[in-house]
Amino acid sequence: MNIPDVKQSWPNPINEVTIGATKEEGGTRSNTITIGGTGTLPFLSFEGRSPHHPVIAMEVWDFAPADWPEELEKYFSDVWDDPGKWAKKCVDEFNADLICLRLQGCDPDGENKSSDEAGEAVKRVLESVTVPLIIWGCGNKEKDNEILPVCSQTAAGEKCLLGTITEDNYKTLVALCKADKHKLIAESPVDINIAKQVNILAADIGLAPEDIVIYPSTGSLGYGIEYVYSIMERGRIAGLSGDKMWAMPLLADIGKEVWKVKEAVVAEEEVPGWGNHVQRGPLWEAITALVYLQAGSDIIIMRHPKAVEELKKYIHSLTNKN
Amino acid sequence: MIFIGERINGGFKDIKRAIQERDKSIIQHWAKIQTEAGADYLDVNMGAASNKVDDFIWMVETVQETVETPVSLDSNKLAFIESAIKVCKHPPIINSTTADKEKLDQIIPVAVEHNASLIGLCMDKKGAPQDVNQRVELGATIFSEAIDKGLSADQVFLDPVTMPLKFLQPQAYNLIEAVRQFTLLSSPPPHIIVGLSNISSKAREMKLINRVFLIMCIEAGLDATICDVTDEELLNSAITTEIILNKHIYSDSYIKAYRESRRK
Repeated sequence: MNIPDVKQSWPNPINEVTIGATKEEGGTRSNTITIGGTGTLPFLSFEGRSPHHPVIAMEVWDFAPADWPEELEKYFSDVWDDPGKWAKKCVDEFNADLICLRLQGCDPDGENKSSDEAGEAVKRVLESVTVPLIIWGCGNKEKDNEILPVCSQTAAGEKCLLGTITEDNYKTLVALCKADKHKLIAESPVDINIAKQVNILAADIGLAPEDIVIYPSTGSLGYGIEYVYSIMERGRIAGLSGDKMWAMPLLADIGKEVWKVKEAVVAEEEVPGWGNHVQRGPLWEAITALVYLQAGSDIIIMRHPKAVEELKKYIHSLTNKN
Repeated sequence: MIFIGERINGGFKDIKRAIQERDKSIIQHWAKIQTEAGADYLDVNMGAASNKVDDFIWMVETVQETVETPVSLDSNKLAFIESAIKVCKHPPIINSTTADKEKLDQIIPVAVEHNASLIGLCMDKKGAPQDVNQRVELGATIFSEAIDKGLSADQVFLDPVTMPLKFLQPQAYNLIEAVRQFTLLSSPPPHIIVGLSNISSKAREMKLINRVFLIMCIEAGLDATICDVTDEELLNSAITTEIILNKHIYSDSYIKAYRESRRK
C-alpha cells in the first residue's frame, strides 16, 4: 500500500532575528543568538528546514522579588540583591542561553526605581555575563517610556531584545531601537488581529519586520493556554503562507505566568492529592514551556533551574536526530 | 487572490498603436502602473493589432525590461506560446487552452517543460458552455489531463467562461455554481479564474457589476481574476471578501498588510 505524501510546502519562511552583538559587530557579547528562519511548523524536520533551535532566557530582576515562592527563592536568594550576580548564576550554573532582565523594580506601584537605576542594572548584567540580553520594562507605559531610553543607550550597539511595544505605545521604543540598533518585542493581549496590527504600525514608522519578535501574551492554565496556543499556531501558519506581518519569531513568557498560578505553587498539605509542590512547580513550568514550544515559540523565558534543564533536554531530543 | 492585469492588450487603442509603431513606452507605462496597483501577473495579448510572433515576443521582452512581474501569455496560437515562453524570465501563465483533447495534448507538455501555469477555458470546439454541468465536466477534463501530464494543482487555473450579463443573464449564476463545484475537484483545489470585464460588457454600471460579481465568485471559491487592477476599489473589495471568508488574519490595517505581503 502506498502511503500518501502529506508533506506541505510553505512559500514564506519566518524571519530570522539575531540578538546580541560580538566585539566585531560593535557589542561586547561572546556570542549572538539567532532565532526564526524556519520554513515549516515546529519540529517537522521531515517537511522543511528549521535552521535555529528554540532558546531559553532566564529571568533576572532589578531588585529582590518579594513574591517569588520558596521553591524559586532557594535557588536565587543568595544572588538576587544584585542583577549581575543573579545573571551570572543563571548562565554559569543553569546554562541560560540568554538573560531576560525584567525591570520590575521601576514599577511606580512598587519600588519605583529611577531610570538611572534601571540603566545601572542593565550595565551590571552586561558586565557580568557575555550572553545576549533581553531588557523588559516594568509594564507601566509611561514609566517604560522613561526608563527604556536610558537602558537602550546604556546597551547601545549590543543588539538587545527590548520590550515591549503595544498597539497604543510603540513610537518611543521604535525610535530607540532604530537609533541604538536593538530588536523589539511586539506585545498584544491574546489577540491575533492586534498582534498583526502592532507589527504593521511599527513597520509603518520604519521598523524593519526583521527586527520584531511577537509576544502574543502567555497563559499557563485553562482557556488562557488554549487561546494563546491557537493564536500562535494560526499566526505561524499565516506567516509561513505569506503574511509578512505574522512572519516573525515568537516569544513565550513562561516563568512569570506559571509561578503565579496556585496549581504550581500551593503545598500538598493545603490541597491533598496534588502531590509534592517541590516537584509539581518545576514540572508545571517545564510542561507549560513544552506546550509553547509545540505552538512555535522561538524564545522561552523561564525561572526554575530544573524546568530549564528539562526543557533543554526536550529541545535537544527533538532537534537532534539520533 | 491572484490579480492579473488585463491592460496590455492590443484591443486597447494605445496598445495597438504601441505594437504597430514598436513604441515601448506605452507598454512599459502600463506594466509599471499595473504592477504598482498590485498585479501578480501581467496579461500580454496582441489582440488584432498584429499576427506576427515577433511582435508578441517583443511585447513580452518590453514588459520584462521594466518590471519583474511575471506575465500571462495570452494567445490561442500554440506557436506563439511556444516562442514567447522561451523569453520569459519568470514562470508565466499560459492563457489559455480549451478542453479539446488535441489542444491539451499539445499545450500541457509546453507548460510542464517551462514550469508554467495554465489557464483552461471550460469550452471546447462545440462552443461555449450553456449550463453548470457542462462547465464542470469540461473543467474536470482539463484538470485531470493536466495532473496526469505532470502539472501540479497549483499550476492549473480553471476558467468557467464569463459571458456578458446584459446579453446572457442566466450564465452569470451558472458560472458561480460551477466555481463552487470546481472547489470539490481536488484537495487542494485548482485555482479558479475569471476574465472579469466580460461580465459587464456593454453595460452601463460596469464597475459596480464587476465588483459585485467578483465578490460573489470569491465567496464561491474563486481565487484569481484577470481584471482592471487599477480599479482600487475592486481590489480592496476582493481583499475584504477574503478577510470576511477568514482567509487572512484581520487587523485594522489589513488592506495595507495584504498589499505589503504581496510586494516582491
